[in-house]
Amino acid sequence: MVVVEDLHVVYRVFGSNADKGTAATALLRLIKRQRRPSIREVHAIRGMSFVAYRGDAVGVIGRNGSGKSTLLRAIAGLLPAEQGAVYTDGNAALLGVNAALLEDLTGERNVVLGCLAMGMTKQETAEAKPKIVEFSGVGDFISLPMKAYSTGMGARLRFAIASAKSHDILLVDEALATGDAEFQRKSHDRIDELRARAGTVFLVAHQLAEIAETCNRVIWLEKGEIVKAGDDVPGILDDYLVAAGGESRFREAAATANYPSSSSS
Amino acid sequence: MTKQGRVSAPGRLSGPVAGGDSAATATAEPENALLPDEPLRDLALRHGLKQTAVVPPLRSYVVDIWQRRHFISGFATARNIAMYTEARLGQLWQVLTPLLNAGVYYLIFGLLLGTNRGVPDYVSFLVTGVFVFNFTQRAFITCSTVIRDTLPLIRALPFPRACLPLGYVLIELQQLILSFAVLFVIVVVAGEPVTPYWLLIFPVLVLQSIFNVGCGFILARWGASIDDVSQLLPFIVRTWMYTSGVLFSLQTLTLTFTGKLHDHPALAYLLQINPAAVYITLIRYALLAEYRDALPGAKPYNHARCVLYRAFPGNTKYQSFSAYCHPSTLPSIPSLWVWGTGWALLVVVLGFLFFWRAEARYGRG
Repeated sequence: MVVVEDLHVVYRVFGSNADKGTAATALLRLIKRQRRPSIREVHAIRGMSFVAYRGDAVGVIGRNGSGKSTLLRAIAGLLPAEQGAVYTDGNAALLGVNAALLEDLTGERNVVLGCLAMGMTKQETAEAKPKIVEFSGVGDFISLPMKAYSTGMGARLRFAIASAKSHDILLVDEALATGDAEFQRKSHDRIDELRARAGTVFLVAHQLAEIAETCNRVIWLEKGEIVKAGDDVPGILDDYLVAAGGESRFREAAATANYPSSSSS
Repeated sequence: MTKQGRVSAPGRLSGPVAGGDSAATATAEPENALLPDEPLRDLALRHGLKQTAVVPPLRSYVVDIWQRRHFISGFATARNIAMYTEARLGQLWQVLTPLLNAGVYYLIFGLLLGTNRGVPDYVSFLVTGVFVFNFTQRAFITCSTVIRDTLPLIRALPFPRACLPLGYVLIELQQLILSFAVLFVIVVVAGEPVTPYWLLIFPVLVLQSIFNVGCGFILARWGASIDDVSQLLPFIVRTWMYTSGVLFSLQTLTLTFTGKLHDHPALAYLLQINPAAVYITLIRYALLAEYRDALPGAKPYNHARCVLYRAFPGNTKYQSFSAYCHPSTLPSIPSLWVWGTGWALLVVVLGFLFFWRAEARYGRG
C-alpha cells in the first residue's frame, strides 16, 4: 500500500548555462554570500496526493518530463521529498531503464552485488544467481563488463536482478520497453506473479496498450501535477490521447471487448 | 497518429498541432478519484505505513549495515579488480603504483635535495612514510566523490549508504596490503631485520583504517553536496603530508640546533600528535629497527653524544646518537598509541553520526 501526501520533489541541477561565470564574478558572489546562480532548481513534482492499495496496479502516464520517473523514485524512497511525504508498507524495488548498476563490472558481479545490496544473504545470493542469469537470457555476455551490453540486454539483466527478491511494492519505469518480444512476455508473467504475491505495482509506460492491459487504475501527470487519476482506465487513457493530439480508442475497445464488466483488468 | 479530425474533449482547449504543450495543462481542475475522505496522514498511520526517504533510526541503520557486510567486501573486491582492467599491464599496476610513488620521492628528496640528514636508513624511512600516508590520502580523495561515483546504484537500490564509504576505504586497505608486500621487500633489502615488532603493524593499520573510515564519512557527505570539496582536497592533503613527517623526520627538526622547530616546542608537539604523523611514527617504530633504536630516550641519557647529534645531524657517524637525547619535547611511543586510538574512535563516531544524519538526502543532485 502506498500513500502519497502533498508530495513536492525538487532537483538541484548544477552548471546550467544561464550564467557562464568568470572567476571574478564567482569571487564576488562568495563575498556577497549569494547562492550560485548556476544552481537551477527543477520542481519536478508539485503537490501530488493519492492512495494505492494492495493488489492495485497503477499505470502512470504523461509526456516526457512530466515527473513520472521522479514520482517512482520518490515512492521507492530514493529521492527525498522537499515537502509532503510518501508512506509505504514495505520495501520497494524500482526497475528503470537508467538503473545501471556498476557498468565497469561484469554482469556476473553486478548480479551478486545487486543481490547483496538488496539485503540477501551470501547463500541466498548463490542460489538466486543461476536463476537470474537464466532469466536475463544474456548468455555468454554475463562474464563481460556491463558497459559492453546493448540497452536491451542491460535492461533485461537489471530486471532479472531486481525482481529476484519479492517486494511489497514494484515500480516499473519503462524497464520493459527495450526488451524483445520474448522478454516482454517473460517479464509480464513475472510482474503478474509479483503483483499477486506482493501487492502494489506501479507501471510507467508510453505504450498505452500495455497500461490498458495490466492496470486497474491510472494517474495522468502533466508538469509535475496530477491532471486526472482514477479507476476509469480507458476513459483517462482516451482523454490523454486526445490532449496529446490523437484519437480516443480505449473507451470503445473496452466497451466492445469487455462488455459488460468494462473496468475489470 | 493522425492530427486531423481530432475531437476536442468538452471543456478543454486542444493545443496547436506540433509541440502543443499547453493542451493538457489547460484543464481547469484536476480530477483525482484516488483520494479518500480522511486525511492521508491518518490513513497511512492507521495502516501502519512508514514514511520513505527519512533518516532511519540509528540502531536499525547499524544493523542494516552489518547485514550488508558481504556487499561491502564484494563491492570493494570487484572495484579493485576492475580498476586496472583497461591497462595493458593490468593488475601489475597494483604493485607498480606504490613502487613508482616511492621512487619519485626518493629521487627528489633522497638524492637531489638530500633531506636524509639525521635519519638512519632513509630509504626505508621514506618509503614507509609514503605508503602509510598514501592510504589515508587515497581514502580521503576517493571518499569525497563516492556519492557522485555511485549515483546510479544509489538511485536503483535501497541500502544504507554508509556501505559506500566503507567499501571505498576497504578498497584502499586492500591496495595498502599489496603496497606493504612491496614495502617488506624494500625494507629487508635495505638491511632491516625481521623482528616480532613487525606484529605491531596490524593494530596500527586497524586504528588507521578506523580513522580513515570516520573521515571518509565526513568527506562523503560534504562531497555529495559540494563539488568544491573534491577540488580543494588534494591541496589540503598535500599540505598535511608535508607537515606530518612523511619526507623528513619531525624529531630531527625538533631536536637539532638548526632544526626549524627547535624554538617552537609546542608546535612541534602538535605536529607530532596529528593523526597522520601518529600512525606513520607507530608503523616506522614497528617496522624499522634502526629508527626504533635511534628514537630519543631509547638509550640512557648521554649529554656529549646528544650534543654531537644536535650540532651535526648531517654527519652519518652521529645520526643514530639521537637515542642519547632526552625525549622531553617529543611525545613518547605509549602516548602515541593513546593518541592514535583516541583519534580513530573520536573521528569514526562523529563521522558516522554526521553521515547518518543526511542519509535521506544522498539520492538528490
